[in-house]
Amino acid sequence: MAKILLIAEHDGQSLNPATAKAVSCAQAIGGEIDVAVFAASAGAVAEKASSLEGVTRILTVERPENEAPLASVLAPQIAALAADYTHVLLPSTTFGKDVMPRVAALLGVAPISDIMAVIDPTTFKRPIYAGNAIVTVKAPAEPLVLGTARTASFQPAAEGGSADIVAKQLDVELPAHTRYVGLKGGGGDRPDLQSAPRVVSGGRGVGSEENFQIIYKLADKLHAAVGASRAAVDAGFVPNEMQVGQTGKIIAPELYVAVGISGAIQHCTGIKDAGTIVAINKDPDAPIFEIADIGLVGDLFEVLPELEKALDASA
Amino acid sequence: MKILVAIKRVIDANVRVQLKRDGSGIVTDGVKMSINPFDEIALEEALRIRESGQDAEIVAVSIGSDTSQQQLRTALAMGADRALLIKTDDEVQPLRAAHALLAVVQKEQPDLVLMGKQAIDDDSNQTGQMLAALWQRPQATFTSKLEIAGDKVRCTREVDAGLETIEADLPAVVTTDLRLNQPRYVKMPDIMKAKRKPLDTMELSELGTPELPMLQITAYEAPQGRAGGGRKVENAAELVQALKERGVL
Ligand SMILES: Cc1cc2nc3c(=O)[nH]c(=O)nc-3n(C[C@H](O)[C@H](O)[C@H](O)COP(=O)(O)OP(=O)(O)OC[C@H]3O[C@@H](n4cnc5c(N)ncnc54)[C@H](O)[C@@H]3O)c2cc1C
Ligand SMILES: Nc1ncnc2c1ncn2[C@@H]1O[C@H](COP(=O)(O)O)[C@@H](O)[C@H]1O
Repeated sequence: MAKILLIAEHDGQSLNPATAKAVSCAQAIGGEIDVAVFAASAGAVAEKASSLEGVTRILTVERPENEAPLASVLAPQIAALAADYTHVLLPSTTFGKDVMPRVAALLGVAPISDIMAVIDPTTFKRPIYAGNAIVTVKAPAEPLVLGTARTASFQPAAEGGSADIVAKQLDVELPAHTRYVGLKGGGGDRPDLQSAPRVVSGGRGVGSEENFQIIYKLADKLHAAVGASRAAVDAGFVPNEMQVGQTGKIIAPELYVAVGISGAIQHCTGIKDAGTIVAINKDPDAPIFEIADIGLVGDLFEVLPELEKALDASA
Repeated sequence: MKILVAIKRVIDANVRVQLKRDGSGIVTDGVKMSINPFDEIALEEALRIRESGQDAEIVAVSIGSDTSQQQLRTALAMGADRALLIKTDDEVQPLRAAHALLAVVQKEQPDLVLMGKQAIDDDSNQTGQMLAALWQRPQATFTSKLEIAGDKVRCTREVDAGLETIEADLPAVVTTDLRLNQPRYVKMPDIMKAKRKPLDTMELSELGTPELPMLQITAYEAPQGRAGGGRKVENAAELVQALKERGVL
C-alpha cells in the first residue's frame, strides 16, 4: 500500500489552501497520507492541517532555519524524511516548484511536475506545451515517486478530520549559503486568487492603474478575487502576483470574468478549468470569446457600471 | 567572473503545437525552432551584467542534437563569448540535463549559472533546482531582479504571494522569470561575427554521467477543449440573467 508524504505550504501562520488540494491528489493515489509541516513553530498550521479529511498524521519539523521557505534548507530535510515513504507530494505552486526538483536531485528520482490526474500509483497525466498537449507518464516506483499536484485539477479535501500531530526531530545538516531577506506582498483582505470561487481579471484594455479601480469594485460586489493578464502586469497596472496564465497562476474558479483581455493562448491556459467564463471586450473578434461561456461585446467603462447596477437590482 | 547560460532548443513560442495523428508525439518536422524564451532572458541578463562593467566571460551551453548549434549560434550573435554543445540524440529529461550541466560546471567553474525557470516544451520547471542541488549551491528560481555585489547575489523572486527577496553566496544557480528583462534583437553584423566565435562540441556519453531514472511517456493526447464559443448577451442585465440560469450567482 502507498505511503504518501505531503509537504504543507504555509506562511508561518496559516495553511495555504493549495495543501488541501494536494491532499485530494494524494487520496487519488490512495494509501496512508502524512502531512509534514516544516516551520520555526508549527502550532496553528499543524492544527489546521490535522483537520483535513483523509490525512493520517501530521508531522511537525520545528527548527529556527525553517522560519522561511528556502528550498536549499527544506530539501535535505524532506529527502531525509522521505525514506519511509512510497510517494512524496507538494502542491504545484511557486513553493512546490522551487523545492520539489531539489529533493528529486538529492534522491536521484525523475519527478512529475503538475500532476493533473492519477491513473495508478505510478502513472499520471500532466500538461506540456502550456497545456496544448497532455501526456501520460509512468514513473519508476523505486526508490519513490515524487511530484507536484496541479492545484487547478483537484478540489480541496474536506475539513472535519482530526489527525494526530507528531513532532519529528531530523538530524540533518543545513547549508547557510542562502538567506531569506523578505516578502513584499500585495495581499490585502481580498480573497486569495488561487482558491477563490470567483475571479474578476482585467487586461491591457483597462488602461491604467487608476482605472483598475473599476475591476476592484466589480470584484468586491461579487466577493471575487482579482487577477490580471500579463500585459496588465507588465504595464504596471497591478503587481505580479495577480497574473493569471501559463507563467502566472493557473486557477479553476467557478466563475471567471475577463475584462479587456484579448484571450492569448498563454492567458487561457490559466483558466481552462474554470466553471463559467465570462468575457467583456469591445472587439467582437477577440479570441477570448472562443473559450467564453458568456460573452458581452462592449466598452468595459460602460458595461461594468451597468453590471454593478444589474447585480444590485437582482440581489 | 564567469557566467554559464543554459540554452535549450524548443518549438518557437508563437507556433501552435500539433499532435501527431497517431498520438505518438508532437509534430516537429518543418516547425520553427528557437531558444527557449526564458533562456533568452537568462542570456540577456548575463550580457547586462557584463555591460554594467563587470569583467565577465559568458559561456552558452546546450544539451541536445546537432541542430541545437543553430540556437547556440544565435546565443553567440546575441553576445555570448563561446558556446558548448553537449551532443546526444536521445531524449534529455531534466535530471539528465542537470547532471550534464553539473559536469560542465565542474569543468568550467562558473561564478553564476543562469537558466530559464522552465522550458516551454516540457514545462517541467526542474533543471535549475536539480543542478543547484547536485552542485550543493544556492538556487534562486523565478527571478525578476538580480543584483551582484561582490561574492553575493541578491534576487527578487516572483512567488505566488508577491515578490520575495533572497541573498545567496556565489557561485549560485539563478532561473529567470519573464519580467527580468526584455531580450535584445540580434543584429546582422553580429550574426556574421558569431560565425567566428568558438562553438565546441562534446558527446554526452563522454561526460561520464551516471545511469539515471526517466519518466516514460506512454501517451499523448489533446487537452479536453472547453465547449466555449458560448452565447453572446446584449447587455449587463442579460449577463446577470445568464449567470443566474447557470447557477453561478
Ligand atoms: C512565454 C510567454 C508566457 C506568457 N505568459 C502569460 C501569462 O501567464 N498570462 C498572460 O495573461 N499572458 C501571458 N503571455 C502574454 C500573452 O501572449 C498576451 O500578450 C497577453 O495575455 C495579452 O494581455 P491582454 O489580453 O491584457 O492584452 P491585449 O492582447 O492587448 O488585449 C487587450 C484587449 O482589451 C480589449 N479592450 C481595449 N479597450 C477596451 C475597452 N475600453 N473595453 C473593452 N475591451 C477593451 C481589446 O479589444 C483587446 O482584446 C505570455 C507570453 C509568452 C510569450
Ligand atoms: N537540454 C537542455 N539544454 C540546455 N539547457 C537546458 C536543457 N534542458 C533544460 N535546460 C535548462 O533548464 C531550464 C528549465 O528546463 P525544464 O526543467 O525542462 O523546464 C531551461 O530553461 C534551460 O535553461
